[in-house]
Amino acid sequence: MAFELTPERLAIFEELLPKYPTKQALSIPLLHICQEQQGHITDEVIGYVAKKLSLSTADVKGVVTFYTLFQQKPVGRNVVWVCRTLSCELMGARDITRALEEKLDCHVGETTKDGEFTLLEAECLAACGGGPMIQLNDEYFEHLTPEKLDAILEGARRKKDGRCAVTFSPIGIRARKEL
Amino acid sequence: MPVENPRILTKNYDTPNSWTLAAYEASGGYQALRKAIAMGPAAIREEVKAANLRGRGGAGFAAGVKWSFLKTRTDMPSYIAVNADEGEPGTFKDRTLMEKDPHRCVEGFIIAAYALDVHTVYCYVRGELVLAIKRLEQAVREARAKGYLGNKVLDQDFKLDIVVHSGAGAYICGEETSLLNSLEGLRGEPRLKPPFPAVVGAFGAPTIVNNLETLATVPSIVEMGGDAFSKLSRLHHMKDGGVRLYGVSGHVNRPGVYEAPVGITLRELIDDLGGGVRTGHTIKAVIPGGSSTPVLRESDTVHAPDEKHPLHAWHGKSHLDVPMGVDTMRGLGTMLGTCCAIVMDDTTSMVRAAENLMVFYAHESCGQCTPCREGCAWMAKLCHKFADGTATQVDLDTLADVANNIIGNTICALGDGAAMPMLGILKLFRNEFEAAIGKPAPHLGVRAA
Ligand SMILES: Cc1cc2nc3c(=O)[nH]c(=O)nc-3n(C[C@H](O)[C@H](O)[C@H](O)COP(=O)(O)O)c2cc1C
Ligand code: SF4
Ligand code: FES
Repeated sequence: MAFELTPERLAIFEELLPKYPTKQALSIPLLHICQEQQGHITDEVIGYVAKKLSLSTADVKGVVTFYTLFQQKPVGRNVVWVCRTLSCELMGARDITRALEEKLDCHVGETTKDGEFTLLEAECLAACGGGPMIQLNDEYFEHLTPEKLDAILEGARRKKDGRCAVTFSPIGIRARKEL
Repeated sequence: MPVENPRILTKNYDTPNSWTLAAYEASGGYQALRKAIAMGPAAIREEVKAANLRGRGGAGFAAGVKWSFLKTRTDMPSYIAVNADEGEPGTFKDRTLMEKDPHRCVEGFIIAAYALDVHTVYCYVRGELVLAIKRLEQAVREARAKGYLGNKVLDQDFKLDIVVHSGAGAYICGEETSLLNSLEGLRGEPRLKPPFPAVVGAFGAPTIVNNLETLATVPSIVEMGGDAFSKLSRLHHMKDGGVRLYGVSGHVNRPGVYEAPVGITLRELIDDLGGGVRTGHTIKAVIPGGSSTPVLRESDTVHAPDEKHPLHAWHGKSHLDVPMGVDTMRGLGTMLGTCCAIVMDDTTSMVRAAENLMVFYAHESCGQCTPCREGCAWMAKLCHKFADGTATQVDLDTLADVANNIIGNTICALGDGAAMPMLGILKLFRNEFEAAIGKPAPHLGVRAA
């Protein structure tokens, strides 16, 4: 089925449009808004963005594949990014990754069978003084130990208010609502 | 001497709801903007020059001088692109400014735009920093409602909008020309320089790219006067002025972001601010300013017997006792970078540390230049071999060879930023690589006993 943005999300796009001298400049913002609605970037989303911005689908696809935050396949209801970079690894990031793999019963790069969590590794998330750390959807959890993870994961499981990857986006409806 | 404890950039960090307009104004916020408007653009630019404000993004270029390069044209606008992409491993200072004091950032952007006759500021924030983006956006909205932004800034004949632009996860977009391509909606691939952004930048128009902290410092420069601000630094005489944010992470007791004058030493950063290396351990190595800056050791001393040598004053002292400045760190063969140090204690395998960093660069290379794309992946692969004990003597020479073949042969500085720290580790810790031939290196992050 063809992809369309909801009117509320379309309004955000239309508000941003005049702030830039070209339409192409909207490609990352518009992809973020679409991903918030769709959960990941499908071919239909790429087609929609291309049409909206008068670009070729190849241009849009080139952008999607360049940036790590654009998910090219479906992800779980929650996305866990573990920082693997030096400051965090010095403080035990490997233990955190291993503990997450055990607790979620899936490997890095995979989604749990119940579709609740996708586990991914991130490069330095600008929270190095808080290492080891994870980003769970849009929230940071710092100074972690394997023991602290249970409560964090349980908290995410219990939240059913749409606080999940599908609505995680730096721009979009949720980012605005919580201002 | 004890580390001075200025509270200029971090003045509001502990205030409740410090990110709101009300809290910012209650602490004197936006008074610098009023003063700046009374001074006029040329006088602001002079104060920024007098402040000896060196860019806080990594290269340490004097902001006042960079501003003078802006080549305004009559046929198109000029822009400011704020670099808030903070992705250099070990670096976590700009995030604190955006989250705790977004109005200071906004006020800095407005003053800079007024000084440069710019009417649109794009603030490019890395996409992961959701809270920072929300706080900046809220600050922009509040500032607009209050008349600090819009068609008539503070009733002046000056029009300004600030656009908070989100990235989407790519370290390379912190490189200034890659940032511009990304802002234009392209893949974040760096451009050849020249032309420099000040001549041909965002959307083909002249653009000043500054780090977020650089611009967030401007209100204080206007408030205090450039010279007074510069003199807060211990390296004022070396034209490296003021105060800045320092970060310290890794094996210290109190990791975090701290404000201090320019020119404190790594030892002060580690001991006085960072609470010292993990109790019961000694320092093995320190990366002074983000992962692209070559590592230093405590046991190495400055050799500068010649009185004319810029480091003569520190002749015979440990590298950790040299003030952290743009030129002093360069004198040691490393770089000040982002001023956020990573401390590694005696439990650390330097082979594993190198492996961790090379995996980062291999992942983040944009792939345009063959020496960087292939070289970073190759260095990572060789480091894996040393880490798991399958490397041979030949691999040791190959590793240095590959690194040397990247340097100077690429479009942007990412390639050098990977090769130089690799060579630095190989030079100072060659013995660990030799010991790792045929024997796996111990993992990092083993809990200290
Ligand atoms: C690979 C690479 C990554 C960079 N990342 C950042 C960054 O995240 N933030 C930043 O301010 N500067 C970064 N820089 C430096 C910028 O290119 C540029 O020098 C800086 O933003 C200029 O601002 P300043 O003069 O105020 O320091 C990076 C440079 C390179 C080569
Ligand atoms: S040096 Fe590396 S990151 Fe920079 S342009 Fe070349 S390939 Fe891309
Ligand atoms: S190294 Fe993990 S947040 Fe920087």
